[in-house]
Amino acid sequence: MNAESSPTPILEMRGITKHFPGVMANDHADLELYPGEVLALLGENGAGKSTLMNVLVGLYRPDEGEIYVRGQRVEIHSPRDAATLGIGMVHQNFMLVPTMTVAENIILGMTDLPFAPRMDEVARRIREISQRYNLEVDPNAYIWQLSVGEQQRVEILKLLYRGAEILILDEPTAVLTPQESHELGRIIKRMTDEGKSAIFITHKMEEVMEFSQWVRVMQAGKVVAVKKTAETNPQELARLMVGREVLFRLEKDACTPGDVILELRDVSADNDKGLPALRGVSFSIHGGEILGIAGVAGNGQRELAEVVTGLRKVTQGKILINGQERTNKSPLEIIQSGVSHIPADRIGMGVVGDMAVADNIAMKGYRQPPLTEHGILHPRRILELARRMIETFRIATPSPQTHIKFLSGGNIQKAILAREIDACAGLLVAVYPSRGLDVGATEAVRRRLLEQRDAGRAVLLISEDLEELLTIADRIAVLFEGRVMGILPADTADIETLGLMMAGAHESKE
Amino acid sequence: MRIVFEKRESVSRRATVLVPVVSFVVSLIFGAILLAVSGANPFVTYAAMVKGAVGSWYGITETLVKAIPLMLTGLAVSIAFRMRFWNIGAEGQLTLGGVAAAGVALYWSQGLPGWTVLPLAILAGIVAGALWAGIPAVLKAYLKVDETLTTLMLNYVAILYSEHLYYIAWRAPGYNSGTAKFPETAWLPQIAGRANVGLIFAIILAILLWLVFKYTRWGFELKIIGENQTAARYLGINIARNIVLALLLSGALSGLAGACEVLGLSRRLQQGLSVGYGYTAIIVAWMAQLNPIVILFVAILMAALLVGGDQIQMKMRLPASVGLVLQGMILIPMLAGTIFTEYRIRIVRPEKHAQPEVTS
Ligand SMILES: Nc1ncnc2c1ncn2[C@@H]1O[C@H](COP(=O)(O)OP(=O)(O)OP(=O)(O)O)[C@@H](O)[C@H]1O
Ligand SMILES: [Mg+2]
Repeated sequence: MNAESSPTPILEMRGITKHFPGVMANDHADLELYPGEVLALLGENGAGKSTLMNVLVGLYRPDEGEIYVRGQRVEIHSPRDAATLGIGMVHQNFMLVPTMTVAENIILGMTDLPFAPRMDEVARRIREISQRYNLEVDPNAYIWQLSVGEQQRVEILKLLYRGAEILILDEPTAVLTPQESHELGRIIKRMTDEGKSAIFITHKMEEVMEFSQWVRVMQAGKVVAVKKTAETNPQELARLMVGREVLFRLEKDACTPGDVILELRDVSADNDKGLPALRGVSFSIHGGEILGIAGVAGNGQRELAEVVTGLRKVTQGKILINGQERTNKSPLEIIQSGVSHIPADRIGMGVVGDMAVADNIAMKGYRQPPLTEHGILHPRRILELARRMIETFRIATPSPQTHIKFLSGGNIQKAILAREIDACAGLLVAVYPSRGLDVGATEAVRRRLLEQRDAGRAVLLISEDLEELLTIADRIAVLFEGRVMGILPADTADIETLGLMMAGAHESKE
Repeated sequence: MRIVFEKRESVSRRATVLVPVVSFVVSLIFGAILLAVSGANPFVTYAAMVKGAVGSWYGITETLVKAIPLMLTGLAVSIAFRMRFWNIGAEGQLTLGGVAAAGVALYWSQGLPGWTVLPLAILAGIVAGALWAGIPAVLKAYLKVDETLTTLMLNYVAILYSEHLYYIAWRAPGYNSGTAKFPETAWLPQIAGRANVGLIFAIILAILLWLVFKYTRWGFELKIIGENQTAARYLGINIARNIVLALLLSGALSGLAGACEVLGLSRRLQQGLSVGYGYTAIIVAWMAQLNPIVILFVAILMAALLVGGDQIQMKMRLPASVGLVLQGMILIPMLAGTIFTEYRIRIVRPEKHAQPEVTS
């Protein structure tokens, strides 16, 4: 159907069908990829994008369908088979070993290694590739020392090292800062210029428009539209995905602040490496107000959320919740003072993968009646709660008993949101709440945060997305190197000023 | 044609049942080879084993005798393992439980009303086992000291201490080793052959544990801690306290096992209290996939193996070591088999397009 772009596709998937208990994850999905091009794969949470890619790299066996690489029919049984064919994938959740170095991770699992690989030789080749693609990483650094953005570069290097010609990137920008995303865009451009091709999954329309030549939209396992990027626009794509018009703007009532709910006075804290991460942070949030925290990732956002929720000790300063001293209290005491927390690391911290969706949803409320009485759980009531949450938050899951790790990335995030918003009784700390959500769900989450605010709760919203902060926050504080550079009312703030402050400039006082 | 190892997309229920069964059959085949090599007829030997273990009332009750401590220690380590706390100290906890029970039976029983002696002796065993497990638990929970080492080392301490007692400090006059027989008020009744009331304790405890893990808030918290500690901390669960509590319970069950051994079987403290039940318990718990009810049955199976092994030593005149090697031989495939609940083997035939071609 798109014969004009290039004669033969480097990759073709035909009629791929994949069932899981209770769901049809892929339903006769087709896909074509041409050399030197980027294909964007779009679709709502749970549409089947990751599944289709997992079939391609041999992690899942399709029930039906065929795969052709360079015109040849192939059977792919494992990622190793895929690698032999030059196909490599960077997963939604990285798969690196934290206690090993970059170089060790890169050669880990390779089959054609000598018995004792020469690590200096490996490091030399890694440097060569990093230079060619501008992928700055130290081969001898340990993974745990790297930021998320750097870890992703390692994942990409790993593929290039193994000579991948077809790269699959599953929501690579979800965890990146806008700067890092731009950088990634350049790297992809560099690779396609060399004739490599990429499949790119994202929920961000700008990226689709910027990076790709072709777009495929999936819905409930089927491919429902194939478009040339140049011939479409974000509104049309959003409509194709969700099946209705999506509002990119939200209506917001005026803020009616109540009592101060959270107050930080001159708070300092260290990061995991023992270096200062917060330096004398002070601010307060009233009930009925959303305070946004802007800043480039790594400037103390994570530590800020953790000190407020009791997960990290402060080295100096005071934290007050509802006027009561809550400095260095245990996470349980903080929870009991009405604080909810949507954490940045949803898989590692937010859920227990091998437990049921229902159990995960109950993990905040299980301490009190009605879910527990005299220490005895009421499974039936847990199930009822879960059913209600699954419906209100439109969590796509085969059943409440499904282990949550089998849900799609976005639906896991929705389950966390459901639990935390439902349990919230005063302060909601939301860290990148719309990360990994499709446009419809993003809109829904923002509306929920506004609902919380209108119900008189205080919301601390940490986000990298300035657009998001400007639409829903009432005031925006900018964090730079652990300091608050200034706090602006959202309706007078503009992206330029915020950008300057994020780079370290102080609020201009006129 | 080539063979590929594929990760299963989900753990299949059929595999979790089938794998142990198939592994057991493979184990028997391996054992048979070993027997043939050492010059014994495998069929005759196996027949003798089965007959020895379950072929007579005596055999059945002897199997139960060994199953009791395996059940209790199996349940004990399963609690710790659920929290990924590698308690390999059940042996020491059992020994110390036996020592404490013996101490009460021997030295405290005089001044007390008769009916209190037995409960007190059992209680002493429980408490001793709990404390002995509590030490490594506290070290781990509050100081991050690796538990595999501490629990193992404490085994030696407990075992050597018990030896000191029955060889020297508590030795009955006129004997080379062993204490005097306990007064009858301290005897745990035997219910079938030499199998004692501990069997009933084990069954009740298994059911209780199953209920606790499934239906209580505490069980829910333990499960979360075992699955994902970062999430547990984030959810406000007190990890350190729960580790200590769970380990106290784990040690208590092992201590109870020790108490039942001395009060219900030997009725004196003597050599033979520590014969490795605490280690076999690890295998029992693992094979049962930590399910308390399944542990009861696996413990009986293991006990039958032990009794059967002893029988062939006596009846077939095989060297004692063959019986032990045979037991080990039977375990290895059963443990290795668990990998197939997560992976499966596929044989790929080279059809015209079945193999990925190697690109240049
Ligand atoms: N291993 C599995 N077992 C059972 N169900 C699964 C499994 N993997 C995926 N699913 C189901 O298949 C459907 C498609 O999931 P998939 O991860 O492909 O979605 P996605 O399009 O990548 O969504 P997202 O944007 O949220 O990442 C979902 O309903 C999910 O619950
Ligand atoms: Mg996905």
